[in-house]
Amino acid sequence: MPVEAARVAGDEVVRLEGISVWLSGRQVLREVSFSLRAAEVTGLIGSNGAGKTTLFRVILGLQRASAGRVWMRGRAHSGRLPAIGYVPQTVALDPDMPLRARDVVGLGLDGQRLGIPLPSRQRRQLVDEMLQAVDATHFADARVGRLSGGEQRRVLIAHALISRPQLLLLDEPLINLDIRSEQEVVELLSGIARQQRIAVLISAHDMNPLLPAMDRIVYLAAGRAASGTTDEVVQTEVLSKLYGRQVDVIRLRDRVLVVSGSDESVAADHEHAHDVAERGLI
Amino acid sequence: MGFIFGPGFFQSSPVQVALIVGAVVSVVSGVVGVFTVVRGQAFSGHALADLGATGGSGAFLLGLNQLWGFLVIAAVAAGAIELLGLRRPRGRDLATGIVLGAGLGLAALFLYLDTSFSSTTGASITILFGSIFAIDSSLVPVIAVLTAISLGTVLLLYRMLLFSSLSPEMAAARTVPVRAVGIGYLVALALAVSLSAMTIGAVLSTALLVGPAACALRLTKRPGLALALAALIGVAVTWVSIVLAYDSYYWPPGGRGWPVSFFVVALIFTAYLLTQIPIPGWFSRRQPGRAMVDVGMARR
Amino acid sequence: MFSGFMVNTWLAATMVAVVAGVLGFFIVLRGAAFIAHAVPNGAFAGAAAAGLLGLSTLLGLGTFAVAGALSISWLSRRGRHDVVTALALVMMLGLGALFLSMSEEYASEIFSLLFGDVVGVSSAELLPILALGVACVAAVLVLFRPLMLSSVMPEAGEARGVRAQPLELCFVLLVALATTMTVPVVGAFLMFSLMTAPAAAARSLTARPLLAMGLAVLIALAIVWVAIALSYLSAWPIGFFVGTLGATSYGLARGWAGHRQRRPLSARMATDPAR
Repeated sequence: MPVEAARVAGDEVVRLEGISVWLSGRQVLREVSFSLRAAEVTGLIGSNGAGKTTLFRVILGLQRASAGRVWMRGRAHSGRLPAIGYVPQTVALDPDMPLRARDVVGLGLDGQRLGIPLPSRQRRQLVDEMLQAVDATHFADARVGRLSGGEQRRVLIAHALISRPQLLLLDEPLINLDIRSEQEVVELLSGIARQQRIAVLISAHDMNPLLPAMDRIVYLAAGRAASGTTDEVVQTEVLSKLYGRQVDVIRLRDRVLVVSGSDESVAADHEHAHDVAERGLI
Repeated sequence: MGFIFGPGFFQSSPVQVALIVGAVVSVVSGVVGVFTVVRGQAFSGHALADLGATGGSGAFLLGLNQLWGFLVIAAVAAGAIELLGLRRPRGRDLATGIVLGAGLGLAALFLYLDTSFSSTTGASITILFGSIFAIDSSLVPVIAVLTAISLGTVLLLYRMLLFSSLSPEMAAARTVPVRAVGIGYLVALALAVSLSAMTIGAVLSTALLVGPAACALRLTKRPGLALALAALIGVAVTWVSIVLAYDSYYWPPGGRGWPVSFFVVALIFTAYLLTQIPIPGWFSRRQPGRAMVDVGMARR
Repeated sequence: MFSGFMVNTWLAATMVAVVAGVLGFFIVLRGAAFIAHAVPNGAFAGAAAAGLLGLSTLLGLGTFAVAGALSISWLSRRGRHDVVTALALVMMLGLGALFLSMSEEYASEIFSLLFGDVVGVSSAELLPILALGVACVAAVLVLFRPLMLSSVMPEAGEARGVRAQPLELCFVLLVALATTMTVPVVGAFLMFSLMTAPAAAARSLTARPLLAMGLAVLIALAIVWVAIALSYLSAWPIGFFVGTLGATSYGLARGWAGHRQRRPLSARMATDPAR
């Protein structure tokens, strides 16, 4: 793993305490507690349906928790705050859409305000800065629907960053990306967290691509969460307790494989195993 | 009996023609319609029908019966659909819609010229909303033959059509000639749409195509039964509509009668709403028939 | 052609074209082509009913358009978008045919309402049409940014307090408003063409959103003005010209865009807005 300069974690930005959520008669989240700090990258790891998106929605204020509370720096959490940047999982961008990359980023600045975006030098400057920060300047004027997956992700990140949030949430940003784009996005996010002193929460179903950048991990399984550093959390005993059955954590060179014996996680395991094998050969 | 059927109902020649043609056309519409719904190609059917309006009104200009116009256009459009592979939604919807707009604009022109130059009064009504009581009885044999061709095609290709409609990839893997079957289906569709445009008009014929089929698919999961039910519902609706339209001569505003096509569309809509009422046990809980519809719809 | 009763037509049609460009931009962006097809057909029945009852056409159009728009929006929220809406649509057309069959002017009324009428705007209707148009355009401009955000990235919008459902409701109501004023001029069948072709053509020409909207307005104006002039001179129905010109402009725009794409890519790709 790359050696980082001294990573001084900042203050707490968000703290979840005992969050429980019931959806359609099913308990999706059980007493989830963790906190996010400025300048730290936290990975929210869990298989599909584990509750990652629900957790995001709770933090964003779009989903009421049945129990527990969310604390955000400075004040008690109430409603949606503009100080959160959000990059959703899927954004359907038609290739013919008349929208350039810089327009998407501009929407991040004032998309929630009424009226037409009036051209102003200040606005243009801010957008240009943001595009530069994600290394998107060379396709700033291209149709956003024609960009590659990785390029689109970067534009969406710029969109989320431009409002200078203190918290950046990314829902499965690495899905459908080739390995190279994955690495680029992870490095970008890592750099952003450190330089802009933002708390970054990235959700994924496979933690391996995030390992180089992740400072802390929140591992979701069966609605419960274990949080801490990767070394603390990704251990056989901890995860077995979390899943409620025997799972094994295998470390292969600098990759991690979580293997479960029972049927339910077989699909996820195959996925993990496949990824690991693929990466191991690189 | 005299209460339900207006005076002179069974003796009237136009009524007899209407009953025969209406029944025959509903059968083929219902049958082809089942496949249309399953294949999720209701939009293609609708497009063919709207373009039919252009063809029919053009035929009038040339002094021909509108049936020929419907057929020619439907054939051309079906060919275009096949060649251009217009199956994907979203972007294609926009382009198709704009082309349809041009087609309808052309229909407007033809209809205008019809009423100005040839003295076909009420051309708009005939083409757009049908004129089941005004079908030339000499056309009945032609209609019968065309219906036979369309039905024949579908029934001949029945198993392959079913297979390739539900899962084209699997069918292709089992050496079903998916493309040829698709063409056969489009031929049957073009014929069905043209024929039903004669009875209830180009603009409304989608109802006869999709409605009874959708009802049937709600009621049963067995394909063969669905075909029979769709045909049955179509015929029932058409016959009841003919009776009601004939009787409505005496209803307000009097002396004119309500359009048959209105009754057809209204009855189909009502029938569909009725099948939406979840009556426990009416149809089986695990509904592959429903799955057929969902698969079809999802692929639109 | 610029005097007397034609003045109404020119004024109303100009307003209609502006609305078509402005609202059409979002109709195409949101992929709401179906709504632009369905609402006018529903409104047709309302106009026919109004004629039968001796009420104002605009009133009939407006009521049915709003009711139709709300129903479609409610239905599509519950996931049912296909068979039932198609059947309801056709039902409305049949209903309209019924109402018109009861009136004296059956054939010509049908024709007018479906394909447009160059003298379709009475003096009494002109002011309401202009007012509706101004309201529509103003609403779209005011809602421009949140509508863009919600149309393109609904979830990100939700996170910023831009709620998708209320916006969708506003949007379909605006389509209903637009329908009320457009149908008398270009007809129920051709409204779709006017709402979508200019916007679809514009987006092939540029990637800048505001410019695309502006171009859509210009193209719509050109189409409508040429259509009125030609319709007046030839007595051919205005719907014919709208449909044909719409398709032509769309085809030309796509052809031009395709031609641009095939040019050898220069090193300065970033400056090519239509890439």
